[in-house]
Amino acid sequence: MNAIEFILAGMLAAATPFLLAALGELVVERAGVLNLGVEGLMALGAVLAFIVVYQGGGHFLGFVAAGLGSAALSLIFAFVTLGFRANQVAAGLAIGILGQGLSALFGKSYESLTVKALPRLAVPGLSDLPVVGGLFVQDIVVWISLVATLAIWAMFAYSKLGLVLRAVGENPKAAHAIGYSVITVRVLAIAFGGAMAGFAGAYAAVIYTPLWADGMIAGRGWIAIALVVFGTWLTGRIFLGACLFGAVSLMGLAAQATGLDVPSQLLSSLPYLVTIIVLGIISADRRLLKLNGVASLGEPFER
Amino acid sequence: MSFASGSLLPTMVRRERASLAATVLAPVLALLVALILNLSLYRLMGRDPVAIVYAMLLEPFMSWASFSEVLLKAGPLLLIAQGLAIGFRAKVFNIGAEGQFILGAIFASAIPVYFPQATGQWIWPAMLLFGAIGGALWASITAFWRVRLNANEILVSLMLSLVAAQLLNYLLLGPWKDPNGFNFPQSVMFQYDAMVPTLIAGTRLNVSFLITLVLSLAAFVFMQKSFSGYKLQVGGLAPRAAGYAGFKQGSAIWLSLLIGGFAAGLAGAAEVAGPIGQLQRSISSGYGYAAIIVAYLGGLHPIGIVVSALVMAVIYIGGDNAMVSANLPIAAVRVFQGSLLLGYLIAIAFVRYRLEWPKTAPKAADRSPS
Repeated sequence: MNAIEFILAGMLAAATPFLLAALGELVVERAGVLNLGVEGLMALGAVLAFIVVYQGGGHFLGFVAAGLGSAALSLIFAFVTLGFRANQVAAGLAIGILGQGLSALFGKSYESLTVKALPRLAVPGLSDLPVVGGLFVQDIVVWISLVATLAIWAMFAYSKLGLVLRAVGENPKAAHAIGYSVITVRVLAIAFGGAMAGFAGAYAAVIYTPLWADGMIAGRGWIAIALVVFGTWLTGRIFLGACLFGAVSLMGLAAQATGLDVPSQLLSSLPYLVTIIVLGIISADRRLLKLNGVASLGEPFER
Repeated sequence: MSFASGSLLPTMVRRERASLAATVLAPVLALLVALILNLSLYRLMGRDPVAIVYAMLLEPFMSWASFSEVLLKAGPLLLIAQGLAIGFRAKVFNIGAEGQFILGAIFASAIPVYFPQATGQWIWPAMLLFGAIGGALWASITAFWRVRLNANEILVSLMLSLVAAQLLNYLLLGPWKDPNGFNFPQSVMFQYDAMVPTLIAGTRLNVSFLITLVLSLAAFVFMQKSFSGYKLQVGGLAPRAAGYAGFKQGSAIWLSLLIGGFAAGLAGAAEVAGPIGQLQRSISSGYGYAAIIVAYLGGLHPIGIVVSALVMAVIYIGGDNAMVSANLPIAAVRVFQGSLLLGYLIAIAFVRYRLEWPKTAPKAADRSPS
């Protein structure tokens, strides 16, 4: 298998944690809320899923536990920012620190243990294609994530729910005036984002690298937040961004396999460096950000 | 002002003027709430809450030796938080102090690593200066990205912290590894002159603590008395007004990040040239992140931060104690820190708002249009 085939085959799986967390954050930000706690939400979801799977509960229950646990933690964020109109940046950081702390606390006795990952399902026919065949051999969660991406895209493009979410984010006062409860919409969006971050962490911990190590999320939650900016709040572009980061995180492995003499630390920091560079390029186009950005992002709502 | 009648929940009503009592009480209340929640958690985990309270909150004050360790721990937290608070007041969210701290430690270590035989009283001051410059340089990347490229400083500064941790690993496993260090990822032990002189005999408290106190005073003068400090604050509170007054947003961002990076870098330098004495992986116990909490808990005010840095240092030292005596996992410190900040963010709401409880039993007839 050459490097290109290797990256194509692994890209979607590597992208899934980024994709799930970024889709969740997209919905939260579209409703006008900036939740910077994704890293901690993912870490909590990861440890909960790992514990459930390790104890024999199975992958499905593992994902359920991760989704519920992280949604519950994100509701604390909602309580503080919507109930008490706290600074969203500070509250997000607090949730992040709390989530990472809880993750380390719960996972302490599971350090370095492993669980079994899920089998991969191949699309008949397509998976036999040369070079790109690997793209069509993925585990069930990857397939579900692709469907979820489509569903969220359709929700924003065609459904009333998508319109309400955007109205609440763009102009909460107007949304309130025509009878929508801004707070309720935002609470639900935050809980959804929390559950998605939990699923993302679960995927990372029990499928992608089914081994528990404290700090295993390793900045992926932060990259997911950056992805929402890269994707200029558009589902399709966020998907492409997640694939790019999936590929970048595999490039390190591919480079090592070909015996390239590059320090491993440089390869590990590649996703962070790419984030910084892409963030600079995209943000420099101020018009693009203004056009697609969410008008009330980060501002507390007061009637 | 409308309120949701028909609900038993109280509503938040804006106060006529900010409550001073709430400002002072908020951190105390947050501390109490965090304490109760975390002790309940320890109880659930099957640990003895009484032993933990003793180890965490009393033991640090039981002897001069352990209290001097609290002061030693408070030093870097205080220094970093003073720098960050200046930025936070200008609404420049530098959350990458961890990376700026690491770069400070690396820059400072360059002197003893490349000149291990050098002697003279110039070495430790030069290291502190180098470290501060290193931290400021690392922060200037974020400033450039924010001012010239319009990139979000939260994300860039955080990513740079993750890169800094990898850079530290690279140096310790590669070019800066102590050849006689049994392959441990650490540099050589620094020579005597590369160490900041001890302040009080018998303790590890050193001159950098004095520097920190002097800089805290400088932060107070800068923020409360100087025109540049005033411009920063106006920029944070009312960006448009600042624009009309001709205060440049770009220079506020540069200044905030350079000050934050300088302070964090100095703190990193003081750690390697102080209690640690070499460059290692574990130079920071999450100081850069904890300092964010210290800054908020101190109300972003230079004097409040002195108090909150001490509180946070007690939590660190107490957490270490409780790990030894009550078998409390060290991760519990992070949980405590997170819940402390959340508690504070709730409590601080009462500075500007008060709760209004529904006066009468809710009836459908009371439902007034908003």
